[in-house]
Amino acid sequence: MRDAQTEVTRALLQPPRTPALLMFVALVLVPLAARFGAESFILSVFTRTIIFAIAALSLDLILGYGALVSFGHAAFMGIGSYAVGILATHGVDEILLQMLVAMLAAIVFAVATSAVSLRASGVYYIMSTLAFGQMLYFFAVSLSAYGGDDGLTLSGRSRLLGTHILANDRAFYYVALALLAGFYLLAQRITASRFGRVLRGIRENPVRMRAIGFEPFRYQLTACALAGAVCAISGVLLANLAEFVSPAYMTWQRSGELLAMVILGGMGTLWGAILGAIAFLLLEEVLSGLTEQWRLILGPILILVALGGRGGLAGLYARLRRRTGGGAP
Amino acid sequence: MKRCVHVVAAMAAIMLSASAAGAQEKLKIGLIVTLSGPSAVLGGQARDGFNLAVKTLGGKLGGVDTEVIVVDDELKPDVAVTKVKGLIDRDQVNFVVGPIFSNVLQAIHKPVTDSNAILISPNAGTSNFAGKQCNSNFFVTSYQNDQVHAVLGKYAQDKGFKRVFLMAPNYQAGKDALAGFKSMFKGDVVEEVYTPLGQLDFSAELAKIAAAKPDAFFTFMPGGMGVNLVKQYRQAGLVNIPFLSAFTTDESTLPAQKDDAVGFLAGSNWAPNTDNPQNKAFVAAYEATYNAVPGTFAMQAYDAALLIDSALKATGGKTSDREVLKAALKKADFQSLRGKFKFGVNQYPVQDFFLVRAAKRADGKYQTEIVEKVFTDAVDPYAAECTMK
Amino acid sequence: MSTALLLVQTLNGLQLGILLFLIAAGLTLVFGVMDFINLAHGVQYMIGAYLAAMFCAWTGSFWAGIALTLPAALAFGLLLEVLVFRHLYGRDHLDQVLATLGLIIFLNQAVKTVWGAAPLSVPMPDLLSGSIALMDGLLYPVYRIALIGVGLATAGVLYLLINCTRVGMLVRAGATNAPMVSALGVDIGRLFMIVFGFGAMLAGFAGAMVAPILSVEPGMGDNLLILTFVVIVIGGIGSIRGAFVAALMVGLIDTLGRAFGPQLLRLVLAPAAASQTGRSLAPMLIYILMAAVLFYRPSGLFPVKQ
Repeated sequence: MRDAQTEVTRALLQPPRTPALLMFVALVLVPLAARFGAESFILSVFTRTIIFAIAALSLDLILGYGALVSFGHAAFMGIGSYAVGILATHGVDEILLQMLVAMLAAIVFAVATSAVSLRASGVYYIMSTLAFGQMLYFFAVSLSAYGGDDGLTLSGRSRLLGTHILANDRAFYYVALALLAGFYLLAQRITASRFGRVLRGIRENPVRMRAIGFEPFRYQLTACALAGAVCAISGVLLANLAEFVSPAYMTWQRSGELLAMVILGGMGTLWGAILGAIAFLLLEEVLSGLTEQWRLILGPILILVALGGRGGLAGLYARLRRRTGGGAP
Repeated sequence: MKRCVHVVAAMAAIMLSASAAGAQEKLKIGLIVTLSGPSAVLGGQARDGFNLAVKTLGGKLGGVDTEVIVVDDELKPDVAVTKVKGLIDRDQVNFVVGPIFSNVLQAIHKPVTDSNAILISPNAGTSNFAGKQCNSNFFVTSYQNDQVHAVLGKYAQDKGFKRVFLMAPNYQAGKDALAGFKSMFKGDVVEEVYTPLGQLDFSAELAKIAAAKPDAFFTFMPGGMGVNLVKQYRQAGLVNIPFLSAFTTDESTLPAQKDDAVGFLAGSNWAPNTDNPQNKAFVAAYEATYNAVPGTFAMQAYDAALLIDSALKATGGKTSDREVLKAALKKADFQSLRGKFKFGVNQYPVQDFFLVRAAKRADGKYQTEIVEKVFTDAVDPYAAECTMK
Repeated sequence: MSTALLLVQTLNGLQLGILLFLIAAGLTLVFGVMDFINLAHGVQYMIGAYLAAMFCAWTGSFWAGIALTLPAALAFGLLLEVLVFRHLYGRDHLDQVLATLGLIIFLNQAVKTVWGAAPLSVPMPDLLSGSIALMDGLLYPVYRIALIGVGLATAGVLYLLINCTRVGMLVRAGATNAPMVSALGVDIGRLFMIVFGFGAMLAGFAGAMVAPILSVEPGMGDNLLILTFVVIVIGGIGSIRGAFVAALMVGLIDTLGRAFGPQLLRLVLAPAAASQTGRSLAPMLIYILMAAVLFYRPSGLFPVKQ
């Protein structure tokens, strides 16, 4: 048992280029395939998927590599989307500027809340992130100047360098995809760097890391700020996709869904988080098309994945590879 | 590389099959309502009311075979936007009927009205789309949200209540509710209390009411919050203070409130006992089919189907010429369940409003019943801001 | 503000606290003893309320309904234990989160399929309906007084069970150091099953008790679950005493903050600003309390784990 698990872990730690590459190639081809169908709908489904993949990826950074289970990660999506909504109402519709503000706000929020949360550990950490997420949610609900609970309709998508290119669904899709790819590569770099190794070391044994001179708090705080900033970008994109901003983007259920995506895909692999987001959202899309009672199917699927799948879809892939005799790519 | 090709081929296949139903022979209507979470009962009523109308008309609206595609907006605006894009692009619907909640309407209004489909709201009627942002592709078969609250304000004013205690959840609709009430009530507002959204226990607020001893109490507490409030209001022994409300004691909540709500007053554009033959037939058919008393949500969705039916009859079943279709819709040439019905300039209804009272029927079920007419041919207060011709 | 009003609001806060305690007691044991993140505790509370609504309608009696709900909630909890939870003991917290999230999704839909989407209700028993005058002109509902009484009695019984019985001793030991208890030859699997079943029954009992004052509807446990988490985290996971104290704190702060917050703010702010700020702050108060507690006591007020 133990053996199998270490083996899986080892397989997971190998750079899994093939599945990630396949995934990105498939995503690049989506708009081409979409031309044969209901283009704008398919693009909207997949753009939404990519946006959640970015959020899941950012969560995996702290969850998979730092073992920091954040149950308030959707708050950062909310920060990103409100950055768009609030700036747009005041006439600032340049997306680069909106992203900058979103990231700064996310970093401030992440640092302020993590400074408290990181004092606690385990379940206490989980619950304190939840508490901060809820605070932000209630704050947004009471923001009556920006629509309160009703949310805020945007007059259109943001501008990119002064152009209206994002209004084109295909262009918007590729911008989102490029951001996902960029963040994926960045996250790979980070997790492979000294910083990433220290973070993993802290996950395995914080006492030892402290003994050899690494103060866990500083590293964890940096990771949280980084993950928050990346997640805020997904919020900026979500607001632009829906052309609407709402407190509903940061309910605790949303945070739970993000966790479910990462676990479903297999945490600590980065590409697993992306795959998890794709699988979760497409599963929802397909099941809800089949029957109104689709939750009766989705629930048990999640339970089965939790019961059976050690390491989620990425773990499954690693086991399959091992069984078919394929070594490291 | 071979695997790449397979993946792409598979994805293409999925999408093609998803969009196979492109051909346009029959009328397609996308119904987007909330069918999950605690508020699912409202969306369920709207869905059932709409389906009942289509069934009653023999599966045809305006003589055209009709397919109704029901989707759940999950009360999540971003989900709703994706779903309506699916209805418009994949299913190529001619009409989108929905939603129930204002925040979902804010989110889906633009995607639908920018498209080739026409949006008909069977419930949510926000002030912005009634006024400056009115849109010729958007019709409402319910009311402008403020009007229902104004009914009770007018009643309280006419009744000569001097001191009224107001309470609503702390969100936009709650604030609008109290503003709507105050637009007609000129007496003294003892206190305005805003409770957190989703609050379960109202004992703190009820104690305040008991201490303030107002002449009447007005509230807007939709869904489960209303069930809780009504039960607790009665238990707190406050029933001798008149309970005026909007969307708090209606057919969606009465099955749970039962005797606790009997005698409580509300405002509405209709009640199950509205006296006209087609309404009697509707209520009887609805109860026989779904084993529940229909509320305004069901009635307004039923009327939305009648509206589409009337317009298609006028255009000879054609939806291709949009201007002709919209003109036919705007005529509202159908017999509404509520009696009189016509559209104002902003394509919101011009209709009568009534004071209704919750009552127990002889068969043991509960419904609201009309007490008196409060407004005749009421035009909503934002219609003047609409510049549409 | 009058003293009478203050008194009533304090009673209200107490009553909300007691209600939270009924739900939190089971959860804190499951968390503490089994080190298990059970997000499905809220839906077990919901199931209890639905069972009560069903049994009360069947038997026509509130008392018979409650009496049937308790064993049914226990049986349901044990069923879940055998089907799902048993396989997740000792596993990663995240697997538990995913599985119990799946359970929430499934059960919220299932109650809708079985009982319909419309809210249900349980009629108030005649014996406990109406209100009594606590003071001149101040009425208080009898049922709420009964609820406070039942909650206090439950707390008392739990105290005796945990402190004076063998199982209670094992539970205390398990909360402090489960592997050690297992190493000493105790059948930890059976202990877990007992704790879990008991926790589920307590949640179901809480659901049944609130059914006469709250609407029974799908998803009714979701928001309460979060409040319950706040309670057990403030109290210290695994500590019944902590849960009791924290539940009362949360109940009182939430109720009094809502009732008197705007008035207090009016002392320092303009009236309009005060009521606006008060409204925004009221729902956040308990989360602020929780953050403050965790800041000073990262393991809650009554830490149990070593």
